[in-house]
Amino acid sequence: MANEGKRIYAWEFPVRFTHWINALCIFALSITGFYIGNPFMYAISSKQYIMGWMRFIHFVAAYMFLMSVIIRVYWAFVGNKYACYKVWFPFSGEKMSEFVNALKFYSFMSRKPPYTVGHHALAGFTYLIVYMMFLFEIISGFALYSVNHKGAIWYALGGWLTASMALQMIRLYHHLVMYVLLAFTLIHVYFAWYSDSREKNGLMLSIFTGYKFLTGKESDI
Amino acid sequence: MNFPSDDALNESSETMEILGHKGISRRDFMKFCTGMAALLSLPASFIPKIAEAVSSKRPYVVWLEFQDCAGDSESMLRASKPTIAQIVLDVISLDYHETIMAPSGKQAEKSLMDVVNNQKGQYIAIVEGAIPLKDGGVYCCIGGKTALDIAKEVCGNAAFTINVGSCSSWGGIASAKPNPTGAVGLGEAVPGITYVNLPGCPMNVENVTATIVHYLTFGTLPAVDERHRPYFAHGKTVHDNCERRSHFDAGQFVRQWGDEGHRQGWCLYEMGCKGPIAHFNCPSIRWNGGTSWPVQGGHGCIACATDNNWDVAYPFYGRLPNVPGFGIEKTADKIGAGLAAATAAGLILHGVGRAISPKKDDDNK
Repeated sequence: MANEGKRIYAWEFPVRFTHWINALCIFALSITGFYIGNPFMYAISSKQYIMGWMRFIHFVAAYMFLMSVIIRVYWAFVGNKYACYKVWFPFSGEKMSEFVNALKFYSFMSRKPPYTVGHHALAGFTYLIVYMMFLFEIISGFALYSVNHKGAIWYALGGWLTASMALQMIRLYHHLVMYVLLAFTLIHVYFAWYSDSREKNGLMLSIFTGYKFLTGKESDI
Repeated sequence: MNFPSDDALNESSETMEILGHKGISRRDFMKFCTGMAALLSLPASFIPKIAEAVSSKRPYVVWLEFQDCAGDSESMLRASKPTIAQIVLDVISLDYHETIMAPSGKQAEKSLMDVVNNQKGQYIAIVEGAIPLKDGGVYCCIGGKTALDIAKEVCGNAAFTINVGSCSSWGGIASAKPNPTGAVGLGEAVPGITYVNLPGCPMNVENVTATIVHYLTFGTLPAVDERHRPYFAHGKTVHDNCERRSHFDAGQFVRQWGDEGHRQGWCLYEMGCKGPIAHFNCPSIRWNGGTSWPVQGGHGCIACATDNNWDVAYPFYGRLPNVPGFGIEKTADKIGAGLAAATAAGLILHGVGRAISPKKDDDNK
């Protein structure tokens, strides 16, 4: 209990920065991507450029998202222990029991929150899956982009996928994974708020400021 | 305008005399050569070379038909300009073509074998139709020989093979699920041969002619992509060269057949047009002598030149494929909406549950 109330710098600037860039990009990519897949607005005059702008924003946001993911993955190797890539692979015995505890806490089967400063095992594993999905969205997106933009860069970023997967299938899964990521966003925000209200450690503010407050029960200070 | 070719192929040259006897004017011939140069993206300086090659060489050509509908033969017979059809038929020596040749039975098979035996490694084989491999290839036999055996013998001894149409390129409609005869394209059935694919349902005769002209002029086949399709014909998407592209960028879409947008000629994207995945030069060379092409006629592209289009471009009137493993009524958006509803419901239940559950300070237990 000695540490109770002590402020601890959990999320370094690159972590917070990429978090919000990712959030912004996913928001922009989802709206424009949904329009590209199903144009819900109709131009009144042929002087308009709705699809053109939607695609432009989608592609710019895609490049931004790619850079943000690169920065975050880089930071997973050079950042502090809460940002470390090891958090994404919680497969030790201790971590597995933390994983089960977190699952119980989130599903009302336990009242004991998984007190951690950084990500608990369930969160870490979820972000592994989320980053896998990011990777798929990036590769499949650039695969679709490479159809009309020939070049070594776009081939390397995703164009190679068209050799083994039909374009329409790439398009379908690119679209479906968007929904999974949107569902993840809802769950993510909800459980962040839920954990904050139970653990009272300033979790919701920490993604803005970087600081969390210790409750004295954390296992990973 | 004075082309260098004017000297080589003036009205009194031998070639022109021969062509003149066949009812082809010098003007038509030069138009043809110019058109071919344009299609192959060659500069004007190549026109005389093309003219010389086309008028001096006369390769032997045999045309094989396997599992097909003769649609590619029909396409060939409807070559854009009749005089050009004559040129193609006169420039090449078409020695075997089941649908249009005069001989039949043993006589016909003999003329095929004559070319194979006497012109080994010199003649061009054109293959139309898929080759069924299931049950020993019994589903397509000609003169007691299976399609595979004929293809091995004829294409194996040819200088090169041109696969016309989707069936011989990658299996076509014969290979669509569930593919009861085990149909495959020639490249898969007879590995190791030199071939070029000209898919499409049917192929466009201009591209076949251009491929042969390229061979006559340069002695090589045109540059091809990883699916063995020439870049000059299949290097760009239909979408990129589409005359309705500006409506796509503007955001003007046909929403229903026969609606205002359809009458205005707006983009068919929402009606399931597969132009964005189809690599073909339809928008630039068009069909039936440049008269029209599917999108100009108001119907979306079905990506006929794309591998397995019957399976992967389906549904032809929908933007996205059906999600595998679900009933055909389920679309990606329905699943997405279901997922969102389930998430929202779960979160609400969770929140309500938390609100009504008794407050106990048992966090430390």
